Amino acid sequence: MEPSKTTHSRRSFLRSSLLAGGGLMISFSWLPEAVKAANGIDAGVPGQWSELTGYIRITPDNVIRILNPNPEFGQNVMTSLPMIIAEELDADWEKIVVEMGPHDNVKLGPQFTGGSNSVRMYWKPMREAGAAARAMLLQAAAGTWSVPVEELTTKAATIFHEKSGRSATYGSFATKAAAIPVPKEIHTKAVKDFKILRKAQKNVEGSKIVTGKPLFGLDYHQEGMLIAMIQHPPAFGMKLQSFDASQALGMPGIKDVFSLKLYPEGFEQGGFDTRTFNELLVVVGKTTWEVMNARKKLVAQWQPAGDTKDTMAGRNGKREVTVPGELESTDSQLAKMEAFSKQPAQQLRKDGDPESAFRNAAQIIERTYNAPFLAHNCMEPMNFFADVTDEKALLAGPLQAPGWTEPTLSKILNLPPEKIEIRMTRMGGGFGRRAYGHYLSEAALISRKVKAPVKLIYTREDDMTYGIYRPMYTATYRAALDANKNLIAFHVKGGGIPEHAIHANRFPAGAVDNYLAEGWQIPSNITIGAFRAPRSNFNAAAEQSFLDEVAEAMGKDPIDLRLELLKRAKEKPIGEKNDYDADRYAGVLQLVREKSGWGKPENKKYHRGVAAYFCHNSYAAHVVDMVMKDGRPFVERVYSAMDCGIVINTDAATNMVEGAVTDGIGNAFYGRLSHKEGKAEQNNFHRYRMIRHSEAPDKIEVHFVQNDLDPTGLGEPPFPPVFGAVANALYKATGKRHYDQPYLNPPPKTATKPENKRPF
Amino acid sequence: MLKLNINKKDYELNIDPNTPLLWVLRDIVGLVGTKYGCGIAQCGACTVHLNGEAVRSCVTTVSRAAGQKVVTIEGLSVNGDHPLQQAWLELDVSQCGYCQAGQIMSAAVLLKENKNPTDKDIDNAMEGNICRCGTYLRIHKAIQLAAEIQRKG
Repeated sequence: MEPSKTTHSRRSFLRSSLLAGGGLMISFSWLPEAVKAANGIDAGVPGQWSELTGYIRITPDNVIRILNPNPEFGQNVMTSLPMIIAEELDADWEKIVVEMGPHDNVKLGPQFTGGSNSVRMYWKPMREAGAAARAMLLQAAAGTWSVPVEELTTKAATIFHEKSGRSATYGSFATKAAAIPVPKEIHTKAVKDFKILRKAQKNVEGSKIVTGKPLFGLDYHQEGMLIAMIQHPPAFGMKLQSFDASQALGMPGIKDVFSLKLYPEGFEQGGFDTRTFNELLVVVGKTTWEVMNARKKLVAQWQPAGDTKDTMAGRNGKREVTVPGELESTDSQLAKMEAFSKQPAQQLRKDGDPESAFRNAAQIIERTYNAPFLAHNCMEPMNFFADVTDEKALLAGPLQAPGWTEPTLSKILNLPPEKIEIRMTRMGGGFGRRAYGHYLSEAALISRKVKAPVKLIYTREDDMTYGIYRPMYTATYRAALDANKNLIAFHVKGGGIPEHAIHANRFPAGAVDNYLAEGWQIPSNITIGAFRAPRSNFNAAAEQSFLDEVAEAMGKDPIDLRLELLKRAKEKPIGEKNDYDADRYAGVLQLVREKSGWGKPENKKYHRGVAAYFCHNSYAAHVVDMVMKDGRPFVERVYSAMDCGIVINTDAATNMVEGAVTDGIGNAFYGRLSHKEGKAEQNNFHRYRMIRHSEAPDKIEVHFVQNDLDPTGLGEPPFPPVFGAVANALYKATGKRHYDQPYLNPPPKTATKPENKRPF
Repeated sequence: MLKLNINKKDYELNIDPNTPLLWVLRDIVGLVGTKYGCGIAQCGACTVHLNGEAVRSCVTTVSRAAGQKVVTIEGLSVNGDHPLQQAWLELDVSQCGYCQAGQIMSAAVLLKENKNPTDKDIDNAMEGNICRCGTYLRIHKAIQLAAEIQRKG
């Protein structure tokens, strides 16, 4: 990238102002349309976002404070976003004070953690905010010293005039700079001149974490605060019939027991207002243990809810949806999916003439893949603090997108948004789960009811059995080969409860002449939500396993086959909306092939599996090296290649990929949330198997494609292809293809095994 | 009245003796570095030291801890510079960070008893601590680094 000369559009503007007590505050504001246009964000973005603003504050004694706008759930944005500003500002990173910003979508932008978007979304505005501040400080210095601004240089928050030998800190010009108009043109640095970015910078909250400082929602405390817990129905599809609180109320420390309705009748739910149960029992008391004990004394009768109606808000007005009342079991869900998979489905994309190609094929490979619901299992269970009166509301806790829940709060509390303050604590994991703020709304209503500050705490059991899971998915893939073993057609038909996972325009769409993608879905009362790389986390398992099998049938190396297809997609693409860059896709495969020593004899002792995937704007490829250890498959080594453009924080990025690989192996091997008559069969970690220390790889070697492209995210992209690479390594290790997740913990019953006979 | 010694400080508490130590620490004493993760000794987030042994405070009643020496993450070192804490920072282990206090407390007992732990020793000592972010590899390396820091004194 060349030194960029950024002329901010007429829709964006920078503001500077004088800090109380002297000093400069620089804000970058950007109207919402510009944010959307720049970031290509469309679906799921509420229209009420206003301005984007990044803060830099500099005091006369040269203390520089940067506010991190985006919620931190372990993706390290609290470090990486301020690094971007510090780079352009030319500050001394070690001396920067980073603070979590308040919820303020007007001043601090979209403020959502999700979709691997944080860095991507804030990259440009943060660079410009830093560069503009630097330019204003330089101008202030030039005026004071009566020298041309071009003769000034900066380093570590200090301005130098070499000719006269003068130097002074940013702080000494901060007050004067605040009076200077924001420059019309902003010059950001050349990538080659980066001093802070593309290096390893330590987590700014690292020492607080290792010394146990209060950081998380569950740690939030306010004097006089009460503790609340909910009791939700024991199964999906059930609701409260009646309850007797007398015993619970008599327990020590208990203040109140009541039933709570979350949304009023006809409430128009937005995309992130998902809640499983609208009516809950609530126990409020002095301490957590007292409330836990009293909850055991609740006497409640539950009954089947039957079919119910939800009102959903939508772009084209509200619509009613029926939530089926069936008490579902995993067996019945699998049977239902199998039946649905044979019905006609919605066509999502069609290229060429797949029907004829399959009819004329010399060989058809058909395989069906299944995956269960998954619980997020954030290590910190759902919780939120609320202090709500009739006049105002203060809320504090772990939340991925305060701007998505605030409108809901405003409606159910009947308070204007300006009377609602949401403080974002550090999150003990999120993985998508904390984009759904029902627990925050519950806390708010509980606080208002008991007229006291309250912290709502979900137990692990409440958390795991509540829902908002990764959906249950299935997909049947078919490949047609001609007599020369050329791939002439590709067909995917996917479904799920309650949604399918198919991304019709992703690879190998664009690389095969005859292509068909179809999808279907089955409604359910089991609620679902975003789970680390939604949909992709299934597709990359199924599609990448399938391609491995197709390569085998074609007598090709699995990396070679992918590269051939990608070459085809680049040189002679089929269709127009192919949602990937074939060169970058091939790039990670080539890099992982080189780094892993793919095909080298010294790696023969490993059962190797490869997979690659593109999602959330970044490219990932893994080679998984499996061995059998004590009779069980063990992933001993993993080689990863990533392309996420410029790597903001090298060591943190590596950590993120290592974590995604480990998390991926765990979920691929063990992850499973099953149901019996509506009840979640796993309610805590003794039943829900998580990967543990001894099962994590001994080595994960992470490589990044070096380029100067604008950065994209890393929280999600490395995760999905782990599933495929693990499945492919398992085949090598066991001689058996694995079609059903979890691979080492199979469901009680699996859908029909593949057969190659079904007529098109 | 129960007498507790937490991080070398004495407490007298009038409390239900069956209360798990975890909730006494968090709700009564105000030491929130010890985390709640599962409540059934399956995840290790609540690990503290009881007379130098690693225990899961979510299933350890406060009466069992009475008169004993309890050490939490806040008391592991005076200045936050236990070799494990140094190593954790050096290798920038944490992602979300929620489980890390429990990880460090489990590792601290291992390192006290075993100055030179093997990979297998580390796996065995740490098997009860879950990390959904998947930082196991770094935790493993940090324990090895801490052992080295400890050996060098």
